[in-house]
Amino acid sequence: MISEEQVRHVANLARLGLTDEEIGRIGGQLGAILESIDKIGELDLADVPPTANPLHLTNVLRPDEPRGELPREEALSVAPDPVDALFAVPRID
Amino acid sequence: MQNLTAYELAQRIAAREVSAREAAEVANARVEEVEEDVNAFVTTTPELALERAGRVDGRLQGGENGGVRLWETVPTTVKDVLSTRGVRTTCGSRILEDFTPLYDASALLNFGEDLVMVGKANMDEFAMGSSTENSAYRPTRNPWGLGRVPGGSSGGSAAAVAAGEGWWALGTDTGGSVRQPAALCGIVGLKPTYGRVSRHGLIAFGSSLDVIGPMTRDVRDAALLLQAIAGHDPHDSTSANVEVPDYLAELENGVEGLRIGLVTELMDERIDAGVREIVADVANSLEAAGAEVGEASLPHAYYALEAYYIIAPAEVSSNLARFDGVRYGLRVSADGVHEMYRKTREEGFGDEAKRRIMLGTYALSAGYYDAYYAQAQKVRTKIIEDFRAALHRYDVLLSPTSPSVAFELGSKTGDPLAMYLQDICAVPASLAGIPAISVPGGLSDGLPVGVQLMSDHFTEPLLLRAARAAEQVADFEFTLKP
Repeated sequence: MISEEQVRHVANLARLGLTDEEIGRIGGQLGAILESIDKIGELDLADVPPTANPLHLTNVLRPDEPRGELPREEALSVAPDPVDALFAVPRID
Repeated sequence: MQNLTAYELAQRIAAREVSAREAAEVANARVEEVEEDVNAFVTTTPELALERAGRVDGRLQGGENGGVRLWETVPTTVKDVLSTRGVRTTCGSRILEDFTPLYDASALLNFGEDLVMVGKANMDEFAMGSSTENSAYRPTRNPWGLGRVPGGSSGGSAAAVAAGEGWWALGTDTGGSVRQPAALCGIVGLKPTYGRVSRHGLIAFGSSLDVIGPMTRDVRDAALLLQAIAGHDPHDSTSANVEVPDYLAELENGVEGLRIGLVTELMDERIDAGVREIVADVANSLEAAGAEVGEASLPHAYYALEAYYIIAPAEVSSNLARFDGVRYGLRVSADGVHEMYRKTREEGFGDEAKRRIMLGTYALSAGYYDAYYAQAQKVRTKIIEDFRAALHRYDVLLSPTSPSVAFELGSKTGDPLAMYLQDICAVPASLAGIPAISVPGGLSDGLPVGVQLMSDHFTEPLLLRAARAAEQVADFEFTLKP
């Protein structure tokens, strides 16, 4: 089970607004899902290395050469509130 | 013309027996005819298809067919998770309802400027789901039974191909999203090796799992479409710098001498009896055709679904952080920036996206990271080791694609865990990053059953060859539905 307080804490970490109804319903579903995935705790994997990428790629580098990027006006054309060639946001609190 | 495969159609266009524009007209007419019942698309683009097909025909007038490659002439459906320059791309979400990308996904670049696109296919929001009912728009219906789901998340792409709305489609597969809907709609769905196809311009879900793949009428079409999308891309550092072979070269070589292992863990009582029966039939027919067939074991497959439902939500909770109302997509106004983030995301995301963001954030949060995310990554290592051992003994592994045939609309929407179980056969290959393909194996209760074949990293030519043989021995023939 996962408490209402925990659900609100996680929602806040994710910057996700949830209604009271969603807190109850999604919280209940999360509890059931977590109970089911707890099964992987049965395995003793203390000495097993973790896999982050199935092809085991690490540190892929490319030559540091200048290349064309999206023009600023174009990049801003899809923004909700472009102001003076910048992304505008409400007061930072 | 309607009953040709994409490969056959492309050959006729190359021989000038029909024009690309005529093919586009046929595809558009089919959309007109069935779309009201099927709902395969979020956005249809009939004029764009005609205009570009006309340009392809113009280029075909040049010497040597103007350098037009076979795949460029085929009317194509594109899942709405792939960015298409100038064409709205919603990802099945309200948060991108009015979003028009500024560039094309790299996987589309081999089609040049003239991709004959019929439309953008419906999908579960951000590719999370197994029924396409998580779309913020409307559910897609299965052409084989309009009261049933097409599977998901590439359900719109699968339904479009089954219904002839475009000759083939691109889907994406994170934990079965190409293969399971292909199985439920009676078509072929290929998840290539992780990294085989660039993810640049694919709206990210699980970055260590996502792969773009062909959804087609038969295996040869899948080989041709893979040829069009495979390759290294400097814009995607996880794309593989591995040579792209000729995927059609070995296709018709048959299964004689191939070693095929039927995966024991994926043939247990969690799988419907009717599905198991068809998979066993196909295995027997492949043996009769000259393959060596035996039993293979993937002991950690029993933990694959659980590991997947930690890793994928963890990655999605991180990837969906970019939808914050600042640079693109929906913004809901509020007084301060944090309230703006919360309100935008509350209004813009649907239930499943919220559930997975919560699950992933929880699994990555202080105090739980080791028990969930780190442990799941170790399970992933064990699953890769299981595959390595099994693929040492066998060339190809065989299993069902999905535990059931297409289920009724609405029958699993209230129970996320029941929906997640749809992925049990598909997620092991996703976690290992190996290629896997679903081929129609026959019918159970009048509905298509998919048979899954899996092989080692970058051995798509071998996988396609075995899949070609499987579709030829299977008791199934592609016909347009409904």
